[in-house]
Amino acid sequence: MSAGLHVDWTACAGRGVCVELLPELLERDPWGYPMPRGGPVVPDELEPHARRAVALCPRMALHLRPS
Amino acid sequence: MTSTIAHPVVAGGVEGPTARPLLGAAAADLAEHRRISGPIPWRDGPGRLVADVQDAGLTGRGGAGFPTWRKLAAMATGADPVLVANAAEGEPASAKDATLLTRCPHLVLDGVQLAAEATGAGSAYLYAKPGPAADAARFALAQRRAQAWDRVPVAVVEAPLTFLAGEESAVVAATEGRRAVPRDKARPVYRSGVRGRPTLVQNVETLAHLAQIARYGARWFRRTGTQDEPGTLLATITGAVTAPGVYELPHGLPLSAALELAGGADAPVQAVLVGGYHGGWLPMATARHAPLSREGLRPYGCAPGAGVIMALPRSACGLRAAAGIVGYLAGQSARQCGPCRNGLPAMAASLGRLAGSPGPDQPAALRRLADLVDGRGACHHPDGTARFVRSSLLAFEAEVGLHLHGRCSASPR
Amino acid sequence: MSTGLSSEALWYLGRGTGVVALVLLTVTVGLGVATGAGRPLPALPRSAVVLVHRNASLLAVSFLAVHVGSLLFDPYAQLRVVDLVLPFGGAYRPLWLGLGTAALDLILAIVVTSLARHRLGLRAWRAVHWLTYAAWPLAVLHAVGTGSDAGSLWLRVVAAGCVLTVAMSLAWRHQQSTAAARPARSEVAA
Repeated sequence: MSAGLHVDWTACAGRGVCVELLPELLERDPWGYPMPRGGPVVPDELEPHARRAVALCPRMALHLRPS
Repeated sequence: MTSTIAHPVVAGGVEGPTARPLLGAAAADLAEHRRISGPIPWRDGPGRLVADVQDAGLTGRGGAGFPTWRKLAAMATGADPVLVANAAEGEPASAKDATLLTRCPHLVLDGVQLAAEATGAGSAYLYAKPGPAADAARFALAQRRAQAWDRVPVAVVEAPLTFLAGEESAVVAATEGRRAVPRDKARPVYRSGVRGRPTLVQNVETLAHLAQIARYGARWFRRTGTQDEPGTLLATITGAVTAPGVYELPHGLPLSAALELAGGADAPVQAVLVGGYHGGWLPMATARHAPLSREGLRPYGCAPGAGVIMALPRSACGLRAAAGIVGYLAGQSARQCGPCRNGLPAMAASLGRLAGSPGPDQPAALRRLADLVDGRGACHHPDGTARFVRSSLLAFEAEVGLHLHGRCSASPR
Repeated sequence: MSTGLSSEALWYLGRGTGVVALVLLTVTVGLGVATGAGRPLPALPRSAVVLVHRNASLLAVSFLAVHVGSLLFDPYAQLRVVDLVLPFGGAYRPLWLGLGTAALDLILAIVVTSLARHRLGLRAWRAVHWLTYAAWPLAVLHAVGTGSDAGSLWLRVVAAGCVLTVAMSLAWRHQQSTAAARPARSEVAA
């Protein structure tokens, strides 16, 4: 997973809210789970969007970790 | 005892060129163990053993091969740490931990005591599958209790018979009384493990080696093995060999010599699986003399892992064997993580088709699946399975070609 | 007779806000059920569903506050503060009122734990959130049973609409999960 973005896979249910809010960083795999797209780091300009995705994840499965 | 034994006693094959420091020190009971190996060489203080373990260059024997002194040192700064000796041995092709516990339980338990002393742990657990090995351990613990041999109490925790039972966070969960499945790694186990306390999870073979290093010293340990990977390892040698079983061999021993230890091949061998179901295949044509060490196997994209060596005869279809293994691994998913729960059965089905009459896109589809699941789970089950799949596609490339043309080397058509 | 608003005005305010709260709770539950489905609702992106679900629930609580407040001040309703936490002890239609009390208490627990969910952790939050499936039916029953006879047909139509909405949401989710059980073969295998 993107350094910075960490997915708690035991909680993730593939709801797809994070992929919608961070389309530059994430895409969905064939089963609906988030996959990193391209580079591993969350660019500074996307950090507010990343925080929003972390707050809105229905399963609290997304976390922002300092890389 | 406050220091290592200055002149190691040659006892039961512990010394010499065919040294078996672990299996050679096997003892039926505590009295025999005392005769062969002497009492526990306590260091009377935390941390002192760590320097010896560092000099000895001991690495973990549970599969990951992490430097043991580092794990001990990381723990020594923790408050109220916990030690868990891991004998879960979820790998079906491995029997070394069970053998070690049955034949040398006191070596393992001495290692538990010494590691507990070195890290300041006040409580220790032995995590073992139900069976003769766990019974032998319980019997040994009872003898040690009766003779006040141990300083730290050891409780036996039952491990389930699953592949993932021995995964570090699953071990912690089971010790807490929960279901033995991996957890999300929010904090490393050596900082926050069993009930939030710093926890050292160590394979039982590593602990047995640690006990011997404490007795005979780092230089003694380095007399076998290689410069970077000293010492011996316990290997479970099975498949197309005359005498399958658990053998103790030095790091760096060529694969062919290891097979000779097990009585030699009983049929022409096409490839050998090393490391276990998350490991890789060594084709006999190119890797017959590959040294069994991390450095020696690196050019072949493999690692010794938990010492599994499984010889596949030429009469078998490599793809069918691989498909069987991936099918098993898919069934052993803890089913917590979407990519693993979905991706592993898909890989098993794909490899199953490859082992039958596949369409031309099947190998590429299988590779795509392996890339999809790699690194996407709470534990390394999907990564290990993907590694095995890629290794199978490489080792049995010729077989894949045959199958794509409707043939198979194992069945004449 | 209370100063300011007349008793009758308070009564209508209480009823009106109660109905609005019920509709908002229905929207909340309907969207909450839909987030568990595999595919998003048409025309509403997933993140919007999450936000509207949250905002509708908070708005519902606001309307509930006015609903309860106005009825507390209306002497005709004979509502006491203790009736807000202890069900079935009320003077006016105690059974139906008690259902409302239960619903209110559950909703407050659900909303408070949801606002603090990142601190509570997934398991604790989920355990309380399941109570939604008890709270919402209680609210519907309370609405149907406690409303006065005048205009009860209108109220029953609204209640039926609420039940239909949640039923459709559940059906949508069920349909999605049975479709998901058959994986998209074309995507994952040759």
